[in-house]
Amino acid sequence: MRLNLRIWRQAGPEDKGRLVAYRVDDADEDMSFLELLDVLNEKLVLDGDEPVAFDHDCREGICGACSMVINGQPHGPQKATTTCQLHLRHFRDGESITIEPFRAAAFPVVKDLVVDRGALDRIVASGGYISAPTGAAPEAHATPVPKANADRAFTAAACIGCGACVAACPNGSASLFVGAKITHLGELPQGQPERSDRVVRMVETHDAEGFGGCTNTGECTVACPKEIPLDVISQLNRDYLHATTGGRRTA
Amino acid sequence: MHWTFTGGGPHPVGMVTLGERPATRVRHTPRPSSVQLKIVMAVSGALALLYLVAHMIGNLKIFLGADAINTYAAWLRTVGEPALPAETLLWIVRAVLTVAIVAHIVSAVILTRRAHRARPIKYAHRPPVKGSYAARTMRWGGVIIVLFVIYHLLDLTTGTLNPNGVSGDVHANVVADFAPHRWYVTLFYAIAVVAVGFHVRHGLWSGLQTLGRSSAAAQNTLKGVALVVAVALTVGFLSVPFAVLTGLVR
Amino acid sequence: MTMTNYTDFTIGGPVADTAAPAGPVEERWERRRFGVKLVNPANKRKMKIIVVGTGLAGGSAAASLAELGYQVSSFCYQDSPRRAHSIAAQGGINAAKNYRNDGDSVHRLFYDTVKGGDFRSRESNVHRQADISLQIIDQCVAQGVPFAREYGGLLDTRSFGGAQVSRTFYARGQTGQQLLLGAYQALERQIDAGTVTMYPRHEMLDLIMVDGRARGIVARDLVTGETRSHLADAVVLASGGYGNVFYLSTNAKGCNVTASWRAHRRGALFANPCYTQIHPTCIPVSGDHQSKLTLMSESLRNDGRVWVPERAGDTRPPSDIPESERDYFLERQYPAYGNLVPRDIASRAAKNVCDAGRGVGPTGLGVYLDFAEAINRLGRAAVAAKYGNLFQMYQRITGEDPYVVPMRIFPAVHYTMGGLWVDYDLQSTIPGLFVVGEANFSDHGANRLGASALMQGLADGYFVLPNTIGDYLAGAKLHPVDPGADEVRATEHEVANRIETLLSIDGNRTVDSFHRELGHLLWDQCGMERTDAGLRKALDRIPELRREFWSSVKVPGTGAQLNQSLERAGRVADFLELAELMCLDALHRTESCGGHFRAESQTEDGEAARDDEHFSYVGAWEYMGQGEPPVLHKEDLHFEYVTPSQRSYK
Ligand SMILES: Cc1cc2nc3c(=O)[nH]c(=O)nc-3n(C[C@H](O)[C@H](O)[C@H](O)COP(=O)(O)OP(=O)(O)OC[C@H]3O[C@@H](n4cnc5c(N)ncnc54)[C@H](O)[C@@H]3O)c2cc1C
Ligand code: HEM
Ligand code: SF4
Ligand code: FES
Repeated sequence: MRLNLRIWRQAGPEDKGRLVAYRVDDADEDMSFLELLDVLNEKLVLDGDEPVAFDHDCREGICGACSMVINGQPHGPQKATTTCQLHLRHFRDGESITIEPFRAAAFPVVKDLVVDRGALDRIVASGGYISAPTGAAPEAHATPVPKANADRAFTAAACIGCGACVAACPNGSASLFVGAKITHLGELPQGQPERSDRVVRMVETHDAEGFGGCTNTGECTVACPKEIPLDVISQLNRDYLHATTGGRRTA
Repeated sequence: MHWTFTGGGPHPVGMVTLGERPATRVRHTPRPSSVQLKIVMAVSGALALLYLVAHMIGNLKIFLGADAINTYAAWLRTVGEPALPAETLLWIVRAVLTVAIVAHIVSAVILTRRAHRARPIKYAHRPPVKGSYAARTMRWGGVIIVLFVIYHLLDLTTGTLNPNGVSGDVHANVVADFAPHRWYVTLFYAIAVVAVGFHVRHGLWSGLQTLGRSSAAAQNTLKGVALVVAVALTVGFLSVPFAVLTGLVR
Repeated sequence: MTMTNYTDFTIGGPVADTAAPAGPVEERWERRRFGVKLVNPANKRKMKIIVVGTGLAGGSAAASLAELGYQVSSFCYQDSPRRAHSIAAQGGINAAKNYRNDGDSVHRLFYDTVKGGDFRSRESNVHRQADISLQIIDQCVAQGVPFAREYGGLLDTRSFGGAQVSRTFYARGQTGQQLLLGAYQALERQIDAGTVTMYPRHEMLDLIMVDGRARGIVARDLVTGETRSHLADAVVLASGGYGNVFYLSTNAKGCNVTASWRAHRRGALFANPCYTQIHPTCIPVSGDHQSKLTLMSESLRNDGRVWVPERAGDTRPPSDIPESERDYFLERQYPAYGNLVPRDIASRAAKNVCDAGRGVGPTGLGVYLDFAEAINRLGRAAVAAKYGNLFQMYQRITGEDPYVVPMRIFPAVHYTMGGLWVDYDLQSTIPGLFVVGEANFSDHGANRLGASALMQGLADGYFVLPNTIGDYLAGAKLHPVDPGADEVRATEHEVANRIETLLSIDGNRTVDSFHRELGHLLWDQCGMERTDAGLRKALDRIPELRREFWSSVKVPGTGAQLNQSLERAGRVADFLELAELMCLDALHRTESCGGHFRAESQTEDGEAARDDEHFSYVGAWEYMGQGEPPVLHKEDLHFEYVTPSQRSYK
């Protein structure tokens, strides 16, 4: 199949960047989207051009590295699917496809489609953990966790840290990402001692990194490849309210 | 040479200074936090909504005749007398409402500015996404509502812009307002009320979500409730000019 | 057949694990911990340790070392430490908790692992790992890893990879992800505390040696292109496995051998490079564009039946092939275990039917894994409850619905048991260079059991290394290294020259085209079945290919920027050297064992035949210079607790 691509090319953080048109004539519907870019890049290299830089690693939808906006949708049109798992059979022969990097002030472009998502790591560093130094753990069965809580914790913990939620949000908010971690750790008994501190610190870092505030537009959860539900944001707000008014911690 | 090359680690090693860290961006934490702003939005929005519901129900008294609504309007001014001075309730409501609306707008402006800073570059290609229409029109809808509220106060509260403009004669003022030849007033009113409807439809749900009262299971129910409230509010408010226009109320 | 240069090697002196304590196997770890010298807490603060890699092994090691008070610098090539390939592990992690009361014990896990490794691992190490498995689960639960639970709120387990006890802890199909996030969060906590300095998007390109000790690394900042040295008191490699040498594997695209290989070139012995594991249930290749292979959980074989058409060249769709013309070859050949035979056996059986022209799918390299019978027996809903997410993943990739059309599967390279040689303390033959996780030659012998790599990585990182590294640091009497020292400068220049050379060749072939060709060659000659002739063929071709690479590769762009072609070129250059050692190792080991199957060494039934008399050793290779024959050092293996026996799954 033949595809007309318009790809964002930007030499570096300082470069202005622009969309460049390419045509791939020998695409195959069994190819993944990243394999399409591989094919294009092989051609570009042999033609003496620079290949398109894009982040990727596992290519099985779990590492969260791949990150691009395909026809205006982070990770492209297929629901619950990362770019690396998206296959060309979801596109028409002759279709035009616009490919852009994740856009957010907190995700500066490094090159072409590669952005810097270090802000998400710094949010986790500021509180997205349970302090359990190695060797200090009690017997695993000492604290049972009701299955319902364990399941909800797991659903939230499935976040792969890709940042598609931020890319989709008109406010550039990372609330779905933060809410997912708050919910994961907050559902578990082990997460209780630091629960209030955690939410206050993570929200502080979230704001300081330049992410916008959430207005519950819900576009994040539509874009999320792991279908993290919107109620994790509700949980985030509830925990924050409790932490800042419940007297458990003075913010 | 194709690459930059700087030899040498930062220090001789073995005895290294503690806490050597790569330069990270200097950050300052904006205040109030984004979640605090949302909470202000939700609480102030809820107050405004409560007011709107009461207001809408009050308006419906027009269907019970001129006396009913005029008496009701007078009662609003005299309730509590003689224990309390005249118009006490009214001024309390006005004060609370003003604070709420100001807080609501200020938070909305801060959040909007932060949102623009957080997403300075738009996508070249962005199809309408599944997020609801109401959600995307909160800001412009809000502005329309504010403009309308100003006009509305000058029209029916102070009477300045009202063709009848007799204080206390609510019924006549309203009927004069929505007279068929003043269709543009009715149109503006209708647009504003629809804007309120949209605003409440997303806003009520969003407010509940913000105040942490939404769970996965409850989400659809809450969306339904927000829709019902929004529709009821819209229909209730629209029924008055519609009735005047069709001659049902004269 | 003529012996060419590169099939030559010499045998050097034996290598011995001097750190291993004696005594009853269950007391050895205890004894060793008591035996190690301790570092005074005030001194720890002044000591710096570099950890390369943030997977389960590196992430847990860096966090734990920082908690102990050392200054840690942590490196990974991804943009975030959370993306290390441990994230992709699906199935689970073994631990001898015996929560099921089904007869499990530390000793049984030890026994199963030694046997599963086909008697090519060290008893002391395996026992230690089995013992520590108990603490790993406790540690991870305390960190908030959301393991699957039962209705009573207690942890659930399942049996995995043919084990007869239910000892595998899991978090749906994302166990590796959840365990890694636990380690990652512990690491981020230390980063925030200032005890770990994180260097994401940094690639280690060489090891710095001063006075015969590992004292730092040269790393390239992948964003700015800056190469620079980082100095330390000890270096830990946790850089994962080298399965990507095959081009197509279940590894992430960036997985590489560079860190290990550079250390090998500086003197660290590389052990058992030919031990690779091929996983039987992966999604087959769909065309030349294929860039990687996706694993489908082994649990599918619990209910799926494997078959191919009886007649070669039968291209009818599966639904048109009547029962009588199907060959359920695993059930036929292994009536006792049927579809549940171990990984290596299932893989080889699939290869054999495909070689006979009976493979299915567009490429002929695939066999059916059919759920029709299970759907009939259990109902579609029950099958969906068990395997729904896997079916969905399969459908996403292939566009076929496995509820209707049988799945197609084919074996793929999955794990590498070989790696840098380490002693009981996880120290390589270079003093001050420690190796943990899949990067070391590991505790799995010639074959790894399902769900035990995660266990090993976390045992190494959380519990073993933090205890043993102090012994080295306390005794080493290290002096500060001057960044301008000759050794440091020389290493920096070597790295810089190599990069410049790669960029200046400006030939006419892409890096990927070389990688693909190398991968094909290895898959054919050093894959599931190895022969003397095939290995010699590969050993003829690899040096040629390497020469072609260095004369005609094309790497666009400059070194002073993010340059993904340059990154790949460096990795492929190292694979081109490693591949030769793998083939040589496979050629010299004329027995079959575990994942290493030599066609010349099989029983009458076509099973792997070990040769304990001649090969009961770890083959640790010493680098002698490019093109020079390497030296083989043998570490003899002794079995005091588990008596070597021939596996049988008939
Ligand atoms: C698809 C799949 C499924 C699996 N399922 C299971 C399972 O169910 N159970 C089980 O026990 N095992 C499983 N395994 C095996 C197991 O996941 C791995 O063996 C294990 O996770 C390896 O961990 P590691 O920490 O050693 O390395 P990795 O997790 O691979 O980490 C390597 C790290 O090193 C860094 N690195 C590498 N090279 C360099 C360099 N040159 N410079 C700087 N940094 C570098 C990387 O950035 C990364 O951080 C599976 C493996 C795969 C591929
Ligand atoms: C410039 C003007 C305005 C803007 C930009 C604006 C914006 C918003 C936004 C963004 C929300 C969602 C808050 C959240 O995320 O929880 C909201 C909620 C709401 N707004 Fe406004 N608004 C404006 C004016 C008004 C006015 C004038 C009224 C009413 C008379 C009003 C009534 C409400 C209500 C009822 C809610 C729902 C909150 C709740 O139910 O708890 N808004 N508004
Ligand atoms: S919440 Fe979803 S979209 Fe956001 S980072 Fe996590 S997985 Fe990606
Ligand atoms: S490449 Fe790992 S999620 Fe896409």
